[in-house]
Amino acid sequence: MDRTAVAPATDLLPPPDDVAPKAGKPLGRLRIIGSLVVIGLYVLAAIFGPILLKYDSVATDLGARLKPPGTTLPDGSFAVFGTDQVGQDVLAQMMQGARVSITVGVATLLLAGIIGVAAGLAAGYLGGWLDAVLMRLGDVQLTFPSILLAIFIASILGPSVVNVVIVLSISNWVTFARVTRSQVLSIKERDFVDAARTLGARSWHLVTRTILPSAIAPILVVATVELGHVILAEASLSFLGLGTPASTPSWGVTIANGRDYLSNAWWISTIPGIFLAILVISFGVLGDALRDRFDPRLRSM
Amino acid sequence: MAATTSVQAPPLLSVRDLTVRFRTRAGTITAVDGVSFDLAEGETLAVLGETGSGKSVTAQALMGLVPRPAGRITGGEIHYGGVDLLTRPAAERRRLNGTDLAMVFQDPLSSLNPVFRVGTQIGEPFRRRRGASRAQARRKAIELMERVGIPAAARRVDDFPHQFSGGMRQRVMIAMALALQPKVLIADEPTTALDVTVQAQIMALLAELKAEHRMSMIMITHDLGVVAGVADRVMIMYAGRVAETGPLREVYEAAGHPYTRGLMASIPEVSGQRDRLTPIPGSPPDLTRLPGGCPFRPRCSFATDVCAAERPALLPVPTRPATHLAACHHAEEVVTDGVAG
Repeated sequence: MDRTAVAPATDLLPPPDDVAPKAGKPLGRLRIIGSLVVIGLYVLAAIFGPILLKYDSVATDLGARLKPPGTTLPDGSFAVFGTDQVGQDVLAQMMQGARVSITVGVATLLLAGIIGVAAGLAAGYLGGWLDAVLMRLGDVQLTFPSILLAIFIASILGPSVVNVVIVLSISNWVTFARVTRSQVLSIKERDFVDAARTLGARSWHLVTRTILPSAIAPILVVATVELGHVILAEASLSFLGLGTPASTPSWGVTIANGRDYLSNAWWISTIPGIFLAILVISFGVLGDALRDRFDPRLRSM
Repeated sequence: MAATTSVQAPPLLSVRDLTVRFRTRAGTITAVDGVSFDLAEGETLAVLGETGSGKSVTAQALMGLVPRPAGRITGGEIHYGGVDLLTRPAAERRRLNGTDLAMVFQDPLSSLNPVFRVGTQIGEPFRRRRGASRAQARRKAIELMERVGIPAAARRVDDFPHQFSGGMRQRVMIAMALALQPKVLIADEPTTALDVTVQAQIMALLAELKAEHRMSMIMITHDLGVVAGVADRVMIMYAGRVAETGPLREVYEAAGHPYTRGLMASIPEVSGQRDRLTPIPGSPPDLTRLPGGCPFRPRCSFATDVCAAERPALLPVPTRPATHLAACHHAEEVVTDGVAG
């Protein structure tokens, strides 16, 4: 039996550094870093902007209303992006709005993600009637335009930040549930799940510690793309007056306010719109880049 | 059915008339059909058979892994520690998994979780089942990795499965299975996915660990050569049934079932004279349409009318020791023919 003591050296792999996962192609890395930088700037603006540039949602300054971008206001401050119809600084309002939009986006994503992933895990792992019920519920919901559903629920619940989160979660859980379920269906058949079972693992342990960690990569990719969609959906709801109330101005509220002044004060709607678009695109690019990055590894898994 | 063990003490594991059925689109398949065997303490039983002979499903049944809802254990008993496992609730069987029964799988890459470090995976049973701390589990993992012959275990404990070679992965898998010192280790084709040179190392390691831990082992394989050195007894399965069983040497020397002889004739011998290999004619039977009588009959050169009429029972082979059983109407003839030829 001495053989075993000496032989292993022959089937030792090259040092682990050689096989460490590659960081992806330069373009992929650029896309990831670029979009992360943009998103990071938004988050910084949302956190520190309102501290530096005070915004009071009920203050009005009629002398300073509808000033174009780059105007020095009577009180001496400089309005980079101009002022709106009641004399509020658009930049301050946008940074406050970024706070609301990003908070709503993240909160929605967490809520929809938790519900969706839990539903997907249950449906995929347990199967049977539970799977059928959950997935048909999802199908039915997807046949309905999600913004229409959101409008419907929002009009019942009324506008508030919490309600927006609830409304958007209801219309977004299905995506998470579907992705999770499809992952679970393939992972639960794999040998390592059986191996864990032969060591006495319970179902709860199998689902949370064995299956979920293997399924998490595609779920995170979906979450990234969804975050952009959710922020956009929140803006749409707010634009329609069904999202956040005017006292917590999200981008949608600001854009809606500027709608009546498009002909003589284009900046009120346009500038927040452009910044919203940039953020949503960044999330889309990040999601795509992450998917490209994770997909080959998933295939070889 | 008569007890098939030569050991006097009551067997550690005793399987009686185990039957597992699968529902498929083509009809119901009886993958395991009334299989009985005993496993004594410290014994190694080799289960041999072609793909689809029911050997892996037998292992799955023992570990409670029969895929549901397609598969179902429809009959039989699995006695372990004085109780019939099949009558016990799933939670109780689960507690035996790992501590009493453990399993090594065929493909070590797919049976290790790709997203966790191997140390975490080996140490997990200690943390979950023994309440060990993270640091203790890690120490235990390194210890086990050293024991199964992984060089530089302390460094490699934090590597991921894909960073190991096939042989090393199988060692990791063995370390995991042995973590809780099971009394019975089931190895389901543990060397099939490995290089020939590595196969021998893994088999030697298993034999060594078995002796060290005083384990019993069920070695499932389709490779007679692989088990020749390690098994005490063999059980040959065909179409979900036991075709022949007995002490390894006895069965090798005086096969009482034409299928066993066919299996042995189809192994290439490296050292012996280079005769042409004699494959078994035909192919494994379609389990949805098994012929009546003996399932091996269509491929058998000994077949007579009685083989079509009557399914042969597993009976002691005439003129051979009582521990040698074969399910063949012509067992005696097969033995004499084999010894003469």
